Amino acid sequence: MLFILLVFTTPFTVWSQDCNYTLSGQVTDYHSKLPLVNATIQIVGQPFSATTDLDGKFEISNLCAGMYQLEISHPECNTILVQRRIDRSIFIELKMEHHLEELDEVQVVGEVLNKKTNTALEESVKLATLEAYSSGSLGDALKEIGGVSSLNTGANIVKPVIHGLNGSRVLILNDGVRMQDMEWGDEHAPNIDINSVGAVSVIKGAAALQYGGDAIGGVVVMEQARIPAKDTLYGRTFLNGVSNGRGGSASSELTRAFGEGWFVKGQGSYKRLGDHEAPDYILSNTGVQEIGGTLQFGKHQFAWGWDVRYSYFNSEIAILRASHIGNVDDLIRSINNGQPEIIRPFTYDLQNPRQEVTHHLGKAKFYRRFEGLGKLNVQYDFQNNRRFEFDVRRGELDDRASLDLELTTHTLTTDFKWDAKERFDLHFGLLGRYQENFANPATGVRRLIPDYDKYDFGSFLVGEFRVNDAWLLEAGLRYDFNRIDAQKFYRTTRWEERGYDTEFQDLVVEDLGTQLLVNPVLNYHNFSSTIGAKYGFNGSLLRFNYALAQRAPNPAELFSDGLHHSAARIELGDLRIDSETSHKFIASWQKDFAHWGFTLEPFVNWVQDFILLEPTGVEFTIRGAFPVWEYRQTNARLLGVDVSAYSNWSTRWRSQHGFSLVKGNDTENDIALINIPSGNFRNSVTFSKPEWNDFEVSLESQYVLRQNEVPDNITVFSPEQQEEVLLEINTAPDAYHLLGLQSKMGFQLGETTKLTTSLRINNLLDTSFREYLNRQRFFADDLGRNIILQLKLNY
Amino acid sequence: MKTIKILSLIAVAGLTFWSCSDDDDAPEEVNEEETITTMTITLVPQGGGTTVTLQTQDLDGDGPNAPVVTVSDDLAANTTYGGAVVVLDETVTPADNITLEVAEEDDEHQFFYIPTGNITDITYGDQDDDGNPVGLIFTLTTGGAGAATLAVTLRHEPKKPNDGTLADAGGETDIAETFNITIQ
Repeated sequence: MLFILLVFTTPFTVWSQDCNYTLSGQVTDYHSKLPLVNATIQIVGQPFSATTDLDGKFEISNLCAGMYQLEISHPECNTILVQRRIDRSIFIELKMEHHLEELDEVQVVGEVLNKKTNTALEESVKLATLEAYSSGSLGDALKEIGGVSSLNTGANIVKPVIHGLNGSRVLILNDGVRMQDMEWGDEHAPNIDINSVGAVSVIKGAAALQYGGDAIGGVVVMEQARIPAKDTLYGRTFLNGVSNGRGGSASSELTRAFGEGWFVKGQGSYKRLGDHEAPDYILSNTGVQEIGGTLQFGKHQFAWGWDVRYSYFNSEIAILRASHIGNVDDLIRSINNGQPEIIRPFTYDLQNPRQEVTHHLGKAKFYRRFEGLGKLNVQYDFQNNRRFEFDVRRGELDDRASLDLELTTHTLTTDFKWDAKERFDLHFGLLGRYQENFANPATGVRRLIPDYDKYDFGSFLVGEFRVNDAWLLEAGLRYDFNRIDAQKFYRTTRWEERGYDTEFQDLVVEDLGTQLLVNPVLNYHNFSSTIGAKYGFNGSLLRFNYALAQRAPNPAELFSDGLHHSAARIELGDLRIDSETSHKFIASWQKDFAHWGFTLEPFVNWVQDFILLEPTGVEFTIRGAFPVWEYRQTNARLLGVDVSAYSNWSTRWRSQHGFSLVKGNDTENDIALINIPSGNFRNSVTFSKPEWNDFEVSLESQYVLRQNEVPDNITVFSPEQQEEVLLEINTAPDAYHLLGLQSKMGFQLGETTKLTTSLRINNLLDTSFREYLNRQRFFADDLGRNIILQLKLNY
Repeated sequence: MKTIKILSLIAVAGLTFWSCSDDDDAPEEVNEEETITTMTITLVPQGGGTTVTLQTQDLDGDGPNAPVVTVSDDLAANTTYGGAVVVLDETVTPADNITLEVAEEDDEHQFFYIPTGNITDITYGDQDDDGNPVGLIFTLTTGGAGAATLAVTLRHEPKKPNDGTLADAGGETDIAETFNITIQ
């Protein structure tokens, strides 16, 4: 580090006698080629400087011959450094990058990313927050954002929910790559190591058309911290000790950058936890192991650059043993019991039921900036997602997965951003994608998701117009084509029960007696668009955005067919399901006063042909009765508001407040939608005293209301009780209140080395509770007190 | 120049991946390996008489069709029957005899017989290595003439020993059927 400083401060001057040379020149905008007024040209280490005039011109006279370093700065531009040898009077042309706020090569490490949209609701998770969740999951960290909740399967599988929607309706962008990791399943968490992420922002809607037209819920955009274009080496290491689960995690990251724009960056992390604990008992078989690694290298220069990235993520997650049940009577018993049926002593072992998922992601990206025109990006990415799910099975089958899927995706994208005009930007892009799903027949269990090939093509055009300082307009269009070509075995009885024999008999390829091999080829044409405005006036910021989004059904919605053993339910997709169409209106009003501020964000989302999975009845098998969950389409309305406020009471005391509410309604049948997050309050008060080694302590309260708007329960015949009983599958658990405590201190160990220690206690009072959006709420209480001690070393 | 080279390289790489991963082979059929389709209970009266079989058969497994339940005859009043259970997977030919697997892992399995009406007694006739009942063999005693039901449940990984109730045993249900029986 010292070396770099030396390099920059040493003047490149060789003195000579002649001191009558003139350096003159012109400074222009790189994009528009227009002259830049008021740019300062300073000769480093010398008392000479000049400012550009209306024509962008400047002149410095009385220079001696020698080597000079010039620093050119402008209030709206990146400062640039230029070296010039002067042995005569010269005229130089200097180009500056004028759109500082949009440039994604702004060279600041750890800086929050640029806005992806200007008129939609977009919120970022601070790097400090991400670091605090180093031993947790991405889904947990995202919940810090208003309007974002999660659909959990226990503590380890956390799916982000944005404005009440999850799964295929929430796009996850990992460093420019759309994650293809079987997001359709409720118990499939995003395969991302939170430690590999530099910054996260959430767009609560489909307004960011460049990422996809089907983000009916929203988009989670994860990016890498920017790497400075200077010769440097830095890194950070985390050590986390976690009391609930009696384990911890470690993560380390190292970046080496060179002056020429070359860089290489590596990161690795490991997490291991044993059984988690509820306040009153051990949650048997809830351990987890995660291994992640990323390697990235490339060359980033202003005019052009490229980078290559490979990342690996493997997670092995044990699923609560008591949640693996046999039939509807087992489920009734579990619901009535109040505590899990299987409680064993604590162990680190990951037993069945469990899942093991490996995700490989490879990416190569190239960009080139064209002077006076814009920037071109070309990117290829490859993803491979392999998922094993192990159930409790008889005998030697116990070691064989019940579900073994391999999803391979290739994507080629290219986009061009035209930014030559100062007030006007256009962004155009194309996408081609091929995806293959392979369902391994060696499981000995009928495939829940069939083999398929999927082809996607997309194109978009997004424009932005800065009318004046107060007004900004934004609009976009996107078209997507999806084709899914599946090969699926149906039981003949199911094929007939669904009525497919009258509608789709021509799809049958082969009749195997009890099973039919069917080859559905389904095409979807989807259009999406967005229009929005931003208006700023005396401390207030108003935003309005309308987004039309269409989403093609995912493989689970189309093809699910069979008994989901671990959930003890029969899930039935439907070949007739068509795209759903969402009309989402969002508005936001943000105002900041001297010591406090607030944001108010209401939204309404009308979804035509909304696809949902709901319990509809029971089917009888020799194993007893099973609840049947069927996908159906209806019209839905989601209505909600996110409110947040902050106040700086003094220099030491700060408080933050948030409230989120979503109401979901099936407007066709006038019933509540299933799995809509309940209203919740989040309040925190923080005391900080930087003089005491950056000491900070905060107390957080989270109050989650009871979800009173749920679909009706279903009545089932219980073979065990020989009568119809009410299956309280939709009844929501009670409201709960949790307290959390957080404190941290930092110690400067050397010039560039800093140790930060932090202590975090979740569920401080060890409160017993169950959460409506945790699929294990039927079987066990949620997590009890959890003490997390973190050591972070920056160097 | 460099730009164009890199671009074309990416394009070629993309196309190569695209073309080589295409295959149109029909996937392999999966026959469910753990399916139990049929449970047959044979009740042989001690001292002679008509043998009665109770059967539940669900050939489409977790397909939409409900199991077919048959009771071959009425039971005689005040009689003790020797009972034996056979569990089959009939989706494959020849049928797979699951009874053997259950017998082999008898410490992880147990049949539960829960009668109502005029069945007066059911006694287990077998034990696992730990001395706990399994239920592949049992005796059933009838009372006077009248109606009765017999609920038969096979549990995988129940708590053993248990107090004989399903609630106490826990575990997962592999088979659950209730037979309606007339006693004459």
